[in-house]
Formats: sequence, C-alpha cells, structure tokens
Amino acid sequence: MFLLLPFDSLIVNLLGISLTVLFTLLLVFIIVPAIFGVSFGIRKLYMKTLLKIFAWATLRMERGAKEKNHQLYKPYTNGIIAKDPTSLEEEIKEIRRSGSSKALDNTPEFELSDIFYFCRKGMETIMDDEVTKRFSAEELESWNLLSRTNYNFQYISLRLTVLWGLGVLIRYCFLLPLRIALAFTGISLLVVGTTVVGYLPNGRFKEFLSKHVHLMCYRICVRALTAIITYHDRENRPRNGGICVANHTSPIDVIILASDGYYAMVGQVHGGLMGVIQRAMVKACPHVWFERSEVKDRHLVAKRLTEHVQDKSKLPILIFPEGTCINNTSVMMFKKGSFEIGATVYPVAIKYDPQFGDAFWNSSKYGMVTYLLRMMTSWAIVCSVWYLPPMTRETDEDAVQFANRVKSAIARQGGLVDLLCSRCEPGSVSLAPERTASLGPRRGPMRDGDCHSCFTCETPELKEVR
Amino acid sequence: MGSRGSHAARIPDGDSIRRETGFSQASLLRLYHRFRALDRNKKGYLSRVDLQQIGALAVNPLGERIIDSFFPDGNLRVDFRGFVRVLAHFRPVDDTDSGMRDPKQPEPLNSRMNKLRFAFQLYDLDGDGKISRHEMLQVLRLMVGVQVTEEQLESITDRTVQEADEDGDGAVSFLEFTKSLEKMDIEQKMSIRILK
Repeated sequence: MFLLLPFDSLIVNLLGISLTVLFTLLLVFIIVPAIFGVSFGIRKLYMKTLLKIFAWATLRMERGAKEKNHQLYKPYTNGIIAKDPTSLEEEIKEIRRSGSSKALDNTPEFELSDIFYFCRKGMETIMDDEVTKRFSAEELESWNLLSRTNYNFQYISLRLTVLWGLGVLIRYCFLLPLRIALAFTGISLLVVGTTVVGYLPNGRFKEFLSKHVHLMCYRICVRALTAIITYHDRENRPRNGGICVANHTSPIDVIILASDGYYAMVGQVHGGLMGVIQRAMVKACPHVWFERSEVKDRHLVAKRLTEHVQDKSKLPILIFPEGTCINNTSVMMFKKGSFEIGATVYPVAIKYDPQFGDAFWNSSKYGMVTYLLRMMTSWAIVCSVWYLPPMTRETDEDAVQFANRVKSAIARQGGLVDLLCSRCEPGSVSLAPERTASLGPRRGPMRDGDCHSCFTCETPELKEVR
Repeated sequence: MGSRGSHAARIPDGDSIRRETGFSQASLLRLYHRFRALDRNKKGYLSRVDLQQIGALAVNPLGERIIDSFFPDGNLRVDFRGFVRVLAHFRPVDDTDSGMRDPKQPEPLNSRMNKLRFAFQLYDLDGDGKISRHEMLQVLRLMVGVQVTEEQLESITDRTVQEADEDGDGAVSFLEFTKSLEKMDIEQKMSIRILK
C-alpha cells in the first residue's frame, strides 16, 4: 500500500488520537457519572452561559426594533383582549335576581339589552379562551436563538444572525451527533443489561443489579438530552406498593422520573424498537405491559394493577393520568381509573422551563421522530421535579374527588393552572365554577373525542408509556 | 427561518380585510393566530365543531346562536375573512370612524346600527325581520333558565314585547328594537378591546 500524500499516516494518526480522546472524554464526563449518579456540574455551567447569551440577543433585537419604531411582537400569554372582572356566573345571578325591590311578585327581571352581555362574553371566549391556549406551545418573552421560537426575525442584525448561525452549527454538528451516540449507548445498554440480569436467579442480587442497570441507562438517556433536572423534596419519593402520579408534557417525562427512582412501568405492548425494549425490561423486573386488546377492558386493567400494588415487594407504578400531552402550563383533568385502585398515591409535579427547549409534544403536529429530533437539537431541557407528600383516598370521597384533589396539589406545586373540564354533562362529574346546574343541560350530544380528558366521555384508560 | 412567521403579508387578503373591518395590523395578526389555533386540523377554515370545542362558549346560554352567526345562509365553513367580519362588529367605536366618514362608503361594521343589527339577529331566528313572541320566549328560556316557571316566562315575554311593540302587531321589528334601546350605551356593551 503506497501513500498518496506524505501526510497520510499523520492524518490517520491524528484521527485515531482525536477519536480516542473524544471517547475517553465521553466516558469520563458522561457515562461514568451516569453509572454512579454523580454530576460534575458541567450542564449547570452550560445553562448559565446560555442564559447570558439569550439576554444579550433579546436586547439587540429590542434595540433593532426601536430603531424602526416598531414594537416587538410578544404574544401575551395573559390574553388577547381586555376582560372585565365579573364572571359569567355572577352576571347570570344578577339577571335572575328574584325578590328584587322592583318586582313584588318575585319575578326575575329581564331587559332586551340583557342579551348584549352574553353576546359579548361569547365573542370574548371565541377570541381568547383558557383551554385552547393550553394546547399550543407556551410562548417566550425572550428569544433563545432557536428559529422555531422567533416571531421577530425582521429585527435581527448581522451580529445576531452570525450568532444564530454559530448556534445552529453547534447544535446540529456537535451536540446532535453526541446526543444520538449517547442515546444509542443508553438504549442498547438497557436492552443488553436487562436481558443479562434476567438470566440470574430471582433474589436480592438480581433486584440490586436490575435497579442499577435501569438507573444507569436512564441517566445516560438524560444526559443524551442534556436534561438539567432539579429534584425537590426527595424524601417523599414513591415507595413499594404505591402509585406514582405525575402531570404529562412529553414522552421524556418517563425518563426524567425513572432516572431518579426505580419504578414499574405501565403501558401497552408496542412493536418495533419499543417492543424490544419492553420485552427486555420485563425480564429483569416486573413491569406491567398490556396487550392491545386488554387495554379496553377496564376491569382487567384495574385487576392487574391492584394485584401489583398489593404485592409489597413490587415496585411503585408510574402513571400519567391526564391522558394527553398538555403544554405544561396547566393540568387537565385526571382520569379516575388509577385512583380507584385504593393504593397510596404519590403525586409528582414536573415543570419544564421553556427557555432552553420546549419539551411539549404536540402530537397532532409532529410525529415521534420529528419530536425527538427537535429535542435533540434544542439547547437543553431544563425542568424541576417536586415530590409531593403521599395522599390516600378518604372514606367519604369517591375516585373523582380524590383525583381532583391530587390534581390540585400537583398544579399548585408546579405553578400550573388547574383546569376543570367544562364540557361534560352537569351532575356527573365535578364541574368548572361557571357551569352550574341552573344553566340547564348542555346542548347536543357528547361525541367521542370531543373531550379528551373527561371521565364520562371515554373509557378511562391509563396513559401508556410512549 | 421559523415555521411560525407573522407578517400581515402572510394573511391571505390581509389588506382588504383590514380595510373592510377596520382592525389594526396588530389586532388582525392576533386574530389570525387565534383563527389558526382554533382550526385544529389545519383545514384553513372553521367549522361548527371547532367553535363548539370552546368550553367557555358551551356554558354561555347564547352559545349556539353565537356560533350560528358565523355561518349565515346555511354555510358549513367560515374562512378567516368571515371570522373577522363577525368579530369586527365588536370593535370599539373610535371617534375617527364617525367624524370623517365618507357618506358614500358603506357603514363600518362596528357602527351602532350594525351592532344593534347583530344583536337583533340573535333574537330573530327565522330572519323575517321581526322578533315574534315565540322567538322572544325561546331566548328568554335560554337566558333566564330553569329556575323560572313557565307562567313567569310567558308573563315576562308578554311584558317585554308589549313595552317594545309600538304598532301593535305583537312582534318587535328592528326599528322598534332600536327605539327601545336608544338610551342604552350599545357602543360600550357590545365592544371588546384588543390588547396591544
């Protein structure tokens, strides 16, 4: 073999050395800490640097906008219109006032003009309502150098464009391959590790190994996404025989929670890669996977879960009762199925900081692969996890009230809005404050798919792990 | 750059809609985003179902009728122009509108007359230009609701119709409607202010 260039061997050597160095760095700084659950603080430093850069970028844009005498388009998360403080319910009470001084025979007053109030209120909700807003991604006040969150790109100066270009280069050419490599490592280690552990005889050693294999792989995945997670109140972490309940923003929620605790997953059996992972995981420890046909049968689902929680040696179950991905500004109604089982519930609140990367999965807009790619090309995923004290169902509450109590606790802790579904038949489920029985039944039949997180409309199925 | 661009140029027929409705550029942009948010399946138009999904609207006694006002003449779809045209009725009246208006041009959508006409059409279901006693009763039933007995409803209806009815035909025409409300500050009651 003859060399074309005198430097060929040099190049090959350099390549070899740089790859080795890279691999060593990877191992030392990412994988080893993942195994032991330690952190060097590199990600936090990265986060601080990024924040400074974002602040500078927004300042430049505002300056640019001021020069042109325009206002930056900042979509107000507070609303599009100026609303007056009286609620609909109060006004209805006003209109139906009986026993007023004018009417001696207790007849409610009515004027032709009363219609104006309702008309205007109705239009206001068409222009701007709480619930619909919750389903589109939360909008930012300052720009985070991602083109996907920018509304004001006509104000970007040259310097900013260069910075943005640099950002793109770093994210796509450096971070993305690194993350993909890590994710690949994490997943394959999980599959291989759990299969190997599965061959061991049942016992304490197997459990110990299984726990650490799971934790290690999830931690590697967390680093693959550059997720910077802050855990609060870790003394309240879920214990065996309990159910861990959390609000749901994206499929990543699972990884975030499972990297800090050892849970039994619940979900539907999938095909493909997910199926392989699921089959491997269940060899090492008892997760609860349902066949597609079984998912529809509420009683079967409830029975299997009850069996699982009653066995104190089994792990706490991880469930996301909301049933749909919400954009992490609010908590929709919880499906009651998980709350009927009668085990101790350990609520967990997860709140993402959208500054570095929006973790919200709008499943109608993006498929899974697109979503993962978006995740991996954002700066980082920053979130906070709060472990709340355990709750049990009181004797005089039913499953629905219990679910709402848990939901409120989670919403309060995470600083999220506590939404109640206002689309259901009155009297069957707890209702939004405005919707009282005095308004009469809802017009029109309830259709399947109208309300995606209400108890009465759909069969309450447990959220599957995606 | 950016899949969510926000220029007025991106709104189809943005300029002509602006002229017709009188909304500012910024307000129109907001409403366009809102239209897109309501249009769940990205069809480019709204159907009844899209508006019925709004929970707070379902709670409103006049919810169905308000939705109907977006779909005149039996239409099943409303595009952005139609959407904004209805909402334009609720634009606050500013002084520039009334002062310098060219009498040859059609009345702006948010004039007092047009606001009243909009409210009238919420009562007048069959569109015959009169609110019959039966139609009044129906609206009353929606608004005053279940706590009131049927006789009380009937008596309130009779009283309201009698007060407004001048030519004694037992129904309230549009002119009678406007007359009975001439002292009311319609401009304020039927206006929604869009935040800057």
